[in-house]
Amino acid sequence: MGSFLTRRLVLSVPVLLGVATLVFSLIHMIPGDPAQAMLGETASAADVAALRSRLGLDRPLLEQYAAFLGGLARGDLGTSLRTGEPVAQQIWQRAPATVELAAAAMVFAIGVAIPLGVLAAVWRGTAVDFASMGLALTGISVPNFWLGPLLAIVFSVWLEWLPVSGRGTWGHLVLPAVSLGAGLAAILARMTRATLLEELREPYVQAARARGASASRAVLRHALRSGLIPIVTLIGLQFGTVLTGAVITETVFAWPGIGRLLIQSIGFRDYPVVQGCILLIAVTYMAVNLITDLAYGSLDPRIRYQ
Amino acid sequence: MTWAGAVLVVGAALAAVLGPYLMPFDPASQELALRLTGPSTTHWFGLDELGRDILARVLLGARVSWIVGLIVVGVSSVVGATMGSIAGYFGGRVDDVISRAMDVLMAFPGLLLAIALVAALGPSLTNVVVALTLIGWVSYARLVRGQVLRAREFEYVQAARALGASTPRLLVRHIVPTALPALSVQATLGMGGAILAEASLSFLGLGVQPPTPSWGTMLAYGRVHVLDAPHLTIFPGIAIAALVLGFNFLGDGLRDALDPSSQQRRAN
Repeated sequence: MGSFLTRRLVLSVPVLLGVATLVFSLIHMIPGDPAQAMLGETASAADVAALRSRLGLDRPLLEQYAAFLGGLARGDLGTSLRTGEPVAQQIWQRAPATVELAAAAMVFAIGVAIPLGVLAAVWRGTAVDFASMGLALTGISVPNFWLGPLLAIVFSVWLEWLPVSGRGTWGHLVLPAVSLGAGLAAILARMTRATLLEELREPYVQAARARGASASRAVLRHALRSGLIPIVTLIGLQFGTVLTGAVITETVFAWPGIGRLLIQSIGFRDYPVVQGCILLIAVTYMAVNLITDLAYGSLDPRIRYQ
Repeated sequence: MTWAGAVLVVGAALAAVLGPYLMPFDPASQELALRLTGPSTTHWFGLDELGRDILARVLLGARVSWIVGLIVVGVSSVVGATMGSIAGYFGGRVDDVISRAMDVLMAFPGLLLAIALVAALGPSLTNVVVALTLIGWVSYARLVRGQVLRAREFEYVQAARALGASTPRLLVRHIVPTALPALSVQATLGMGGAILAEASLSFLGLGVQPPTPSWGTMLAYGRVHVLDAPHLTIFPGIAIAALVLGFNFLGDGLRDALDPSSQQRRAN
């Protein structure tokens, strides 16, 4: 396990460097003069030159690249063009809101998906199965930027149960979390059903039944427990979808997280903040994937990494 | 469900091709006095914030979705299949370089890289297609690489090589065709993904720009009127969900039909 961890960490280094390089090159993909694009067409030549100098765009490319990587190593993501604050500070101020939303969405998804998948597997081929899986496929197909406003129409406008947007109380969290978690719930429910169907055919489940275990005990204590490994893996792998979905959900519900900061910064052409947000989300995603890989080994004692 | 998917997809294709010709209303013409009017016998889906017929705009928006889906999936699958074939067949350094490039692109979750690229290149339909294609080819390349790694060891491939078949001939005639069933499933599901991605980017203001109607842009403008005119939000959303659902049903059905183990799982 130790050598696997070392190997995975070593392999992550070139990918991390590639990600940083791609994020660095974003500013150079801007058509024309990046400084002019950031300040707008009406900016004076002096202002453009000053910004170019401030961002280091007047230096040789390799020097800019080395400075960018050096900054990253020190945790310096640059300075916001709009507010003048350090980018890292802006991101850390917004991070708790995104973490809160992502966690709530995953709790909702897991809470809905696993019972739905279990019901579909146990009542395989019945109306319950078709309804559950139809619902799951619909959940995958419905965009969260549509589901969000629909939920707001029903629960905020018609029923007046929950606030439409913003952050503050638990009530504010419900609609964004449901909207963000619905797609993940749909994917997890399908996976739970498929995994459980395979496990239910295994001899150890039949042996448990023969020893007198009730049907529910055989499903919940034996089959589902073994089937949790691929489900946990999928939850980890789908974390990226939740992070990207958060960008949209935060925009829909005016949730003050990193996603909303990213979209607002794109609108303001505040590229240092855009780079910082993109980099942080990608690195978080990589870290979660790595943790998922490691968790896979510790959940199943049969798995031994070479 | 496969048939339901096929009906949805064919229906949406016909609506995109024929709809704008059959509609009595111009998607751009405005009736400002009737702005935000709800569905009626004259305007089935109602009118938007500028008094434009929503049904006419949904039908024209379908064209945008189809165009993006077809170009992104078409180019991504060809580029991905080519890169995957080269990586899988030649192995070694070539495989290392292509695989590391794929690893870097896969390190960005979902749409994030597309958002970043469009943010840099500027919002437009062309840039959306470019961004989605740049990230889209990776999944096809990984799929084909795996298939090629397996297929290059098949006896009939080695026999063809022994008979003097050139590398391009081996790849095109004998190896890559083994990946086509899996590739077609991936492409069908990819159509739904590309349509959803375009709608997401347009919703965020990074995709198709007004006055061209796109389902995502329509939803973004509808959000402003979600309290007083929910029909602006409901109909473009139904259109996106129905078409994506159709491709998901179709892709699932295709996978079941082409994968014997999946058929067996279903039978059990």
